[in-house]
Amino acid sequence: MTATVTRLPLPEPEAPPAPDVLSPAPDVAAEPPTPPTADKPGYILESLRRFAGAIVPPIVTIMMLLAVWQWLCADPTALFPSPLSIWEQSRELITDPFFNRGNLDMGLFWHVSTSLQRVAIGFAMAAGVGILVGVIVGANSLAHRAVDPLFQVLRTIPPLAWLPISLAILREAQPSALFVIFITSIWPIIINTAVGVRNLPPDYLNVGRVLQLNPLEMFTKIMLPAATPYIFTGLRIGVGMSWLAIIASEMLLGGVGIGFFIWDQYNASRIADIVVALAWVGGVGFLLDRFIALLGQFAARGAAAS
Amino acid sequence: MSAYLSIEQIDVTFTRGRTVSNVLRNVSLGVDRGDFVTVIGHSGCGKSTLLNVVAGLVEPATGAVIVDGVSVAGPGPDRAVVFQNHSLLPWLSVYENIRIAVDKVFAGKKTGKERHAWVLHNLELVQMIHAKDKRPNEISGGMKQRVGIARALAMEPKVLLLDEPFGALDALTRAHLQDAIAEIHQRLGTTIVMITHDVDEAVLLSDRIVMMTNGPSATIGEILTVPLARPRKRLDLAEDGAYHHCRHQVLEFLYARHASRAA
Repeated sequence: MTATVTRLPLPEPEAPPAPDVLSPAPDVAAEPPTPPTADKPGYILESLRRFAGAIVPPIVTIMMLLAVWQWLCADPTALFPSPLSIWEQSRELITDPFFNRGNLDMGLFWHVSTSLQRVAIGFAMAAGVGILVGVIVGANSLAHRAVDPLFQVLRTIPPLAWLPISLAILREAQPSALFVIFITSIWPIIINTAVGVRNLPPDYLNVGRVLQLNPLEMFTKIMLPAATPYIFTGLRIGVGMSWLAIIASEMLLGGVGIGFFIWDQYNASRIADIVVALAWVGGVGFLLDRFIALLGQFAARGAAAS
Repeated sequence: MSAYLSIEQIDVTFTRGRTVSNVLRNVSLGVDRGDFVTVIGHSGCGKSTLLNVVAGLVEPATGAVIVDGVSVAGPGPDRAVVFQNHSLLPWLSVYENIRIAVDKVFAGKKTGKERHAWVLHNLELVQMIHAKDKRPNEISGGMKQRVGIARALAMEPKVLLLDEPFGALDALTRAHLQDAIAEIHQRLGTTIVMITHDVDEAVLLSDRIVMMTNGPSATIGEILTVPLARPRKRLDLAEDGAYHHCRHQVLEFLYARHASRAA
């Protein structure tokens, strides 16, 4: 499941149809098509319809799933709670994510934000080191041959397998959790960055050579921007993996955090609370992915297509 | 040798694994200041390689390239290249694509304000000022090539190198850009070496046409001087005897005496 090197399809900014230069004053060229603002009520209605078209199908699917789930687990002796009984058992957890009574008895917002902080620190370190190493490995063919096999092996090690080693060396829960996130998410970042740099169109390098850019300028002005779409593919895979890693490692490390919360509720046999926590985990994971994707779209701008 | 650009006995070999292929053999050519020279030949004859040697992007096995008395060692802005596929940096706007070159070439020689004005001046030269804030993927192929030319001109090169710059364009756009480059050559007196495979383009634009034999071990077969007065008008040339004579000579070289073996 880990580091695919194919680029995720970042939606490319659509180029307006640009007619070729036929007259010496082609000011009309490449004008974006104007939206039909003249017919305003119709335009609003149309975008409403499009919005509804995007939002209604998933809602219907969720409602149907909930209905089937309710029907299957309606029996009070069922091993798994139905949606309605989850609502009854975990109402406070669902409706108030912000309560804090101390002693680990707090709303899910606090657990999730603690986990997110760990992800933010570990992932930021992985991104910084990963991009740097990736560029070096991508730009240097000898370095690539030397370390790529090693990376390909290391990246397949599951996050939790790193935990005992990091605990043995770092001895404390917090740095160990950070290390697990770091070591899990760095491989796809390195590998994708390296691929991006290796796939650099030679013409861009030639432009840099004709301009006699020095190595630093070559790096910041040509290589880094050209590899940006690939880098963000790596970051997206990496952030997903670090979210996987933090949940798993918190289960073992204890303390505050959404992973430990799930484990704690399991020990207390509160399945309903676990289901609520899973909904949070999924939602936050989804948002993390969208966040990096949006960031990538912004950073890549035109770099995706020429 | 007193030519402004002097190519002296260039041999180029490429080594891939154990096979060594000789691409160019004993190529010598002198280009005077302000001359417009085109190099024509069948595809694969090494004409782009020749251009890359002058640009400094390819190192010859033997021989040397001398520009204005200085031997070429590596690429530099004094030999600006317009690449076939424009090679604008897609993450920069049209303006920024030229600015990056101007900032590098004129660092310490022009103030920020002067560099800004110089970028705009060169955009004006290729009539692209209206698109200065657009990104390369928002403008047409012909426009991209105009910007590519502006970027090269903005470096104030001693020799402007054009590598089949209009090869990927449709006929109408190509004609407009040919007129544009002819006018720029007329106005600035830039020394230009252009690679092409289009006979009409070669005759229309150049002072001399360098015809290459087929590779491997390609070399210069013949050099034809085009005795047409400038500025040349596309329409008038259609009925000009000298134009047709030149055209015929190039065609005869390419298709009768040095027909491509691999079409």
